[in-house]
Amino acid sequence: MAEPLGFFTDTTVCIGCKACEVACKEWNQLPSSHGGAPTLSGDSYDNTRQLDGLHWRHVKFVEQFSPDRADGRWLLMSDVCKHCVRAGCMEVCPTGAIMRTEFDTVVIQSDVCNGCRDCIAACPFGVIGINPVSNTAQKCTLCYDRLRAGMEPACSKACPTDSINFGTIADLKKMAAARVGQLHERGEQRAYLYGADEKMLGGLNSFFLLVDKPEVYGLPPDPKMPSRNLTPSSLWSTLGAVVIGLMGIFSFRNRGATARRLEEDDVERRRTA
Amino acid sequence: MNAVGLPSTFFTDPPEWRWLIIGYFFIGGLAGGCYFLAVLIDFFGGAVDRPLARLGYFVAFPAVVVSGLLLIVDLRRPDRFWHMLIQSDTGHPMLKPYSPMSLGSWALLLFGGFAFLSFLAALEDAGVLRWPRLAMFRPPHIVGRVIGILGGILAFFVAGYTGVLLAVTNRPIWSDTTLLGLNFLISAASTSAALLILLGHRRWYWRSSVAALERFDAMVLVLELIALVALIASLGSMARVWLNAWGALLVVGVFLLGIVIPLVLQWRPNLLGERWSAPAAAVLVLVGGFLLRVVVVLSSESLGVLG
Ligand code: SF4
Repeated sequence: MAEPLGFFTDTTVCIGCKACEVACKEWNQLPSSHGGAPTLSGDSYDNTRQLDGLHWRHVKFVEQFSPDRADGRWLLMSDVCKHCVRAGCMEVCPTGAIMRTEFDTVVIQSDVCNGCRDCIAACPFGVIGINPVSNTAQKCTLCYDRLRAGMEPACSKACPTDSINFGTIADLKKMAAARVGQLHERGEQRAYLYGADEKMLGGLNSFFLLVDKPEVYGLPPDPKMPSRNLTPSSLWSTLGAVVIGLMGIFSFRNRGATARRLEEDDVERRRTA
Repeated sequence: MNAVGLPSTFFTDPPEWRWLIIGYFFIGGLAGGCYFLAVLIDFFGGAVDRPLARLGYFVAFPAVVVSGLLLIVDLRRPDRFWHMLIQSDTGHPMLKPYSPMSLGSWALLLFGGFAFLSFLAALEDAGVLRWPRLAMFRPPHIVGRVIGILGGILAFFVAGYTGVLLAVTNRPIWSDTTLLGLNFLISAASTSAALLILLGHRRWYWRSSVAALERFDAMVLVLELIALVALIASLGSMARVWLNAWGALLVVGVFLLGIVIPLVLQWRPNLLGERWSAPAAAVLVLVGGFLLRVVVVLSSESLGVLG
């Protein structure tokens, strides 16, 4: 396997230009939604709103304003599939459409997917959606086709501020640690890395530098693997099956005798009636 | 919008599993439940119970066919349903034992096969098919015993794995408890018994078999009551998301109509008169079992923050 590749997204330098979103759409030939008609979210300057089958990069606008709007700040974050080292989507996929590539990224093969949507429910980050054109589940491929050709993914190439950095995970981690150190030094004590270490799903191959709680950016504070529930759920169900089986046996055993008695009752009743 | 403090499961997206899947959960439960009840009756009941066992097989096979169709139609690419069973690129079998959906697809296919054989044997037994060799597919013939045991185990699996499948995700409610599989399994047993009671109660010569089934159903309903309370308790603070219309439907539809009132009717059949108590209780159990799946599936579908 080649060296694991990924993204380090430094949200502090994102300016919300959405060049990455556009570059992603262009390269991956993702159509516009609603037939191209402008649709406004109505409560934000961001009108994309979420990652889904047609949006594999999404620049989130977190607009934190005081009620009188005298004070405020913008948090901007270009969100994307986390290419989890332990990927929930891949774990549940029943067709084998979701695979791990030689670059340690996670890719959905659109020609294999049959649209069961189990991966949508399994992804801890709400990344995957159905692409209404192919009717299959889709998400960021980390530009698998470009990687194979030795090129950089479209989004990081387009990013004008280097908020999105592409490279080997080892290099990215070094770069990220240095950036956190720099921010701390300059007084931004809130800066920290989300998903860089292995505690989170074995590590996210696409990790982030944040300056507020994960939830503020729409990220789960404690993402988990779906399979955590597999063994206990199965054991409880098995126990239930045994109890129900015993109840069934208890209700129907010796039925020869009971039934005969009931039938005799019947005959008796009809005779006396 | 302030998402701080929300549990991690709220940051996921709903898979849009709706009525087709609810229908599958319900009918698949009936298929599995009716089959394992029929097997239990065949193995442990008396000769008088034979017609009831046959009825179970008559329900199970069509129900499993409908189940499969519902699942296929729900796919966004129904033409590729076979990708669940065969790897489309290599032609090898596709099986992931740790993915409930993958395992479930195989279980449904194999169960369908066993249910079909038992269905044929039941038709022969009832005199509809005149092909005596079919008798080998039912006990006491050794082949029939093997079919019954394997099919019965698969039937339990089909009845319960759907709840496990919901738990093995990251969605609110579904993955916040490990008791959904248990609850769906018990509900499959109670709704199946209720359906057989409903279909069988009119024939007086089935009376004793139906009475045994009613005893069974009463026990299962008590178990269901306990499991439902345990389910809510296991959700902990997450149970608060049911403090709305879904919760009301759960209490009134599932708990009261689906469990408590049928139990009261079993215990005091005179309330509605002998004639109406059993069918009324059975209908209520079926409605309650359906609503359980409606509440579990749809109440989670509508939860989550945009991300
Ligand atoms: S972020 Fe979601 S879609 Fe991406 S690899 Fe992880 S589980 Fe799969």
